Amino acid sequence: MHLVYPAVLASLLFCVGLYGVLARRNAILVLMSVELMLNAVNLNLVAFDTWLHDRLHSGQALTLFTITIAAAEIGIGLAIVLLVHRNRGTADIDRLTGLADPGQPLALPGPPEPGAASGHDEKAEATA
Amino acid sequence: MIHSATHHPGFLSPTGVEITFLLVGLATLGAAVVTVTTRQLVHAALWLVVALGGIAVEYLLLTAEFIAWVQVLIYVGSVVVLLLFGLMLTKAPIGHSPDADSENRWVALAVALAAAGTLVWVVADAFRSTWIDVHHGTGQSATKVTGSSLFRFWVLPFEALSVLLLAALVGAIVLSRRRADVLPPAPDGSTAPHGKDR
Repeated sequence: MHLVYPAVLASLLFCVGLYGVLARRNAILVLMSVELMLNAVNLNLVAFDTWLHDRLHSGQALTLFTITIAAAEIGIGLAIVLLVHRNRGTADIDRLTGLADPGQPLALPGPPEPGAASGHDEKAEATA
Repeated sequence: MIHSATHHPGFLSPTGVEITFLLVGLATLGAAVVTVTTRQLVHAALWLVVALGGIAVEYLLLTAEFIAWVQVLIYVGSVVVLLLFGLMLTKAPIGHSPDADSENRWVALAVALAAAGTLVWVVADAFRSTWIDVHHGTGQSATKVTGSSLFRFWVLPFEALSVLLLAALVGAIVLSRRRADVLPPAPDGSTAPHGKDR
């Protein structure tokens, strides 16, 4: 079998998972996309293990380790998502902006010009 | 059994294993694409079953039968069930949910396409003339070799991984336990992180 087939399939699966991680809004769908990316890595490990004819099958042992770590990751991740949903009422990662920069939605920070804006006067009065 | 170590297999003479691998790979890729693009959340989990099962078939074609069955047991058996439970517990909408994707979908698509192009180009260029000899069997089952090497050369990482799994289990239990002693004593005023963000 040509080695390009599993390698290209793994690359494409990884990129599909990458798109899902970046584009999805629900946190559980993001976790599903992470699973796709991990599976792409596993496919690479198995393909290269078969290609190299490793006598000890190190690639397959490492694949088992990756599968176990993915299982642990999905357990912890789902527990965190459930906790967030219980505390905030949503699992959408767009709305979890508790740590965002508060000046972000204005989008017009600008350099503070001295004595130019009248808006600064209120702030000066407030601080005075 | 083909002993094809001497003659060079060509691009235009695919074997049956290659054709099967290609077809199953196309099905897997299609299921993965549907998983990340569908607007129905439960359907995404069910298409993920198809994608992971397809990867298990690819493992079988790559003569890694033990990994294939582990894949079926752990991913299809437990991880997808866990994801479905997570969808249920977060009260995910059953039907069509239009806001399943965020607004930066097109940026994500551009990033994914650029990554796919780069990766496929590099990988196809690097392994253009490399063939896997799938029929290189020593008569010994790969499962036996994997098991003996796992418990002979990889035994320390194996044990460390079991400790990691135990820690993850305990962590998940601690995280998802409802704290009865913290929440009820604040009946009138909400705590600081509650009232701030919602």
